[in-house]
Amino acid sequence: MERTIELTVNGTDHQVTVEPRTLLIHALRDEMGYTGPNVGCESSVCGACTVHVDGEAVKACTELAVRAEGSEVTTIEALGDEDDMHPLQESFQEEHGLQCGYCTPGMVMTAAVFLEEEPDPDRAEIREALEGNLCRCTGYQNIVNAVESAAAEMAGAVEPATDGGTAVEEGGD
Amino acid sequence: MATDEREGGSDRIETVEADDVDAADILGSAIERQEDPSLLTGEAEYTDDIQLPEMTHMAMLRSQYAHARLADIDTSEAEEMEGVVAVFTAEDLDVSGALPVGWDLDSLRNVDNPIMVEDRIRYQGDVLALVVAEERYQAHDALDAVDVEYERLEAVTDPSDALAEDAPVIHEEEGTNEAFDWDIGDADDTEAALEAADNVVELDVTNQLLIPNAIEPRAVVADYDPSDDLLDVQMTTQNPHVHRLLMAGVIDHPEHRMRVRAPDVGGGFGSKIHHYADEALVSWAAKQVERPVKWQATRTESYLTDAQGRGHETHGEIAVDDDGTIRGLYVDTKANLGAYLSTFSPSIPTYLYGTLLSGQYEIDNIYCEVTGAYTNVVPVDAYRGAGRPEASFIIERLVNRAADAVDMDPAEIRKKNFLDPDDFPYETPVAMEYDSGDYHKTLERAMEAVGYDEFRERQEQAREEGRYLGIGFSCYIEACGIAPSELVGELGAGAGLWESGLVRFTPSGTVRAMSGSSGHGQGHDTTFSQILANELGVDYDDIEVVEGDTDAIPQGMGTYGSRSAAVGGSALVESARKVVEKARKIAAHQLEADPEDVEFEAGEFQVAGAPDRSTSIQDVSLEAYLAHDIPDDMEPGLEATTFYDPSNFVFPFGTHVAVVEVDPDTGEVAFEDYVAVDDVGNQINPKIVEGQIHGGIAQGVGQALFEGAEYDDNGQLVTGSMQDYAVPKSFHVPEMETESTVTPSPENPLGVKGVGEAGTIAAPQAIVNAVVDALEPLGVDHIEMPLTNERVWRAAGGGDD
Repeated sequence: MERTIELTVNGTDHQVTVEPRTLLIHALRDEMGYTGPNVGCESSVCGACTVHVDGEAVKACTELAVRAEGSEVTTIEALGDEDDMHPLQESFQEEHGLQCGYCTPGMVMTAAVFLEEEPDPDRAEIREALEGNLCRCTGYQNIVNAVESAAAEMAGAVEPATDGGTAVEEGGD
Repeated sequence: MATDEREGGSDRIETVEADDVDAADILGSAIERQEDPSLLTGEAEYTDDIQLPEMTHMAMLRSQYAHARLADIDTSEAEEMEGVVAVFTAEDLDVSGALPVGWDLDSLRNVDNPIMVEDRIRYQGDVLALVVAEERYQAHDALDAVDVEYERLEAVTDPSDALAEDAPVIHEEEGTNEAFDWDIGDADDTEAALEAADNVVELDVTNQLLIPNAIEPRAVVADYDPSDDLLDVQMTTQNPHVHRLLMAGVIDHPEHRMRVRAPDVGGGFGSKIHHYADEALVSWAAKQVERPVKWQATRTESYLTDAQGRGHETHGEIAVDDDGTIRGLYVDTKANLGAYLSTFSPSIPTYLYGTLLSGQYEIDNIYCEVTGAYTNVVPVDAYRGAGRPEASFIIERLVNRAADAVDMDPAEIRKKNFLDPDDFPYETPVAMEYDSGDYHKTLERAMEAVGYDEFRERQEQAREEGRYLGIGFSCYIEACGIAPSELVGELGAGAGLWESGLVRFTPSGTVRAMSGSSGHGQGHDTTFSQILANELGVDYDDIEVVEGDTDAIPQGMGTYGSRSAAVGGSALVESARKVVEKARKIAAHQLEADPEDVEFEAGEFQVAGAPDRSTSIQDVSLEAYLAHDIPDDMEPGLEATTFYDPSNFVFPFGTHVAVVEVDPDTGEVAFEDYVAVDDVGNQINPKIVEGQIHGGIAQGVGQALFEGAEYDDNGQLVTGSMQDYAVPKSFHVPEMETESTVTPSPENPLGVKGVGEAGTIAAPQAIVNAVVDALEPLGVDHIEMPLTNERVWRAAGGGDD
């Protein structure tokens, strides 16, 4: 029943033996040790398991590992590391777009693909884009702020003005 | 800016990096969280991320039915399956195996709460068997091969039905489903006040059952070392020491040979306070198989076991004179407790509910009676707010109804009955002593922010155009940091509600601090470091905060009830001050001065009037550990531990205002505005405060509009997955405008109150009041939560034809 599949995860080639029913999230987490993406609902609703498969945001809790054969998979671990974070990761920290962090890897991965497709979204579009990623901690507003400011950052634009607020000094870099 | 002057505005709060903040401003600055990089890069380690050598996986068979007799169970086929290490049922248990309840009431009928059932099944989450297997899938496969014979019994899910004479009795030995009958306040005086008042307005409400929905399901990894009889448990917990104490008793393991750790924990909202059967079973199984055992709940398993919240059926009456003066309040509540008593469940619909019924008002007569009922639903316990949202909901709905009855503006009737700032401390008729408050200020700020007068004009115009706008106020009060321990003991608590804090200098002058609180998303590493940097004058980056490890930390009580800053933070402050006092004596000794003449500021000890005679706290730390030259009567070392027992609760308050437009043809509720003005005392980190308020409001929005645990007549959880239970999505939660006032608490050295639950307590009634206000021209005076489109449509007359 088991079969060996080949796939690339975060640029590393892997051969992994799975059952036909093994979910991609379990192959990534239990077999290959990529524990960044999390399991929250096993039903494609919460999005904590979101990874990129060949550049698309995919919920790995409802995707069979065998379907990822030959694919390039990217998890949160490859987006940036603690000393060199991706603009989205930086903006999530700056805007306090996370609390417990469990939904965050999926949220960030969904946002990353979204910003590639829509580099200059408005707030309603951001909310629509994140509908498949549940967060129970933040109330979403600071997540929307984070995606909005990351979009501006990635577009090389100046920081958007806050809602009529006075500019606050940004220190250092 | 000194924290006691901080009055946050509605503009987005900008975070800063710690390096860019002057040491003197560290407390009260919106510093970026130090927790975030590891959470953002996948480096964080949650319980299910843990891999141990030889680790096995566990799965548990729950019940197909909510109420049944377990006639027979056959595990023989499961035992033979590939990868299965062991299968256990209740008859294999060789330990006491009964979950304790941590709060007693005089009238409480406590019942046996077994970790695996042998005979009687009382809800779907009861465990019938467990499988330990080599792999995750194998464990679940084997569950399917366990053969169970049930004899089904009639089920009951609503507290009123359960208390009826002919209801099926869930715990037969008790002969009744009544778990307790509790009251507070003066019944006769309240009855007299109701009779004497010009008007009495009544309201019946259901405060629906909610599922907490931490996005990380509960999980445990247990590892047993038989050679030393050491049990090492890593688990999703809000209170590792409490879990260690309770679990030790359940599985008869010596508490001192148990270590409980909380790795990164993915949210809790109350659901990870309590000790559950499955947690004890993982640890017990690890001892049986003598290999590490891992279990993580599936989402459906979470929904069937995580203690649910609310579950009240309430009749309320408010007495109001024609001039708007509130004379009395009478509340009768039937509280759903579920199948068994969860860890702190008796306290939630009693001391955390009835005691809050005075709200922000001077009400001379209040009486509240609560009957707790066993039913066949998931046990009910603390969920974000825990009793206080239910109290605030019934008061704030009744106050609105009272305003209607005497034809007064809902803001005006509130102002007329508010306690005034000089009324504090204020003792309510329901046994609370409020510490401080300025309720007029938060309401007025909120009215200004929302443009109240202008709104009423707009509302009138809209009505002429056939559009339905509404505004709803919620003036809430919360009680956090339940205390002091002696009092809570008198009220029935099986625990003290103090907190520990240990501050330890290293010889090189850096600091490790241990807190008995146990954060799971709140950012304690950041805020506690801010507190200690301020107290000790040590660089923020030179402080490491350690939580969530019973081996490393003095006995602690954990994180819930918005207590961590007020109680845990205060413990750290007290320890820091003890350390400074010891260091001052060492500094004085070295500087050859009297300790009373040595001043401490920004990490430097200095002889008063002699600026060249100074030394740093870091240098003193080294001297303390060298111990070559310290005062004769002094022990070496530089650390201090405090078990801080507060003198009272603290009482955050505020006003939330929802502005909505309702489409009576579809029942749709659209937010036009949501304003929150909260007073949580001094703010350690305003960005974290804002985040807590936002998240709290989102859960309140969820209760008001979307969420509800639904059971069918057989006690089956109908909302058994995330596809059926409506956790609010990104576009369901409105843009929130948050402001704050600051009334420092006089009860603790930080002047902080609590912020974790405020939004969840405040939001539901603001939204319901707004929707009812919008539909007032259609004769709507109440709609039960959640205000689904269908309910709103029906209330507005839809389907009447």
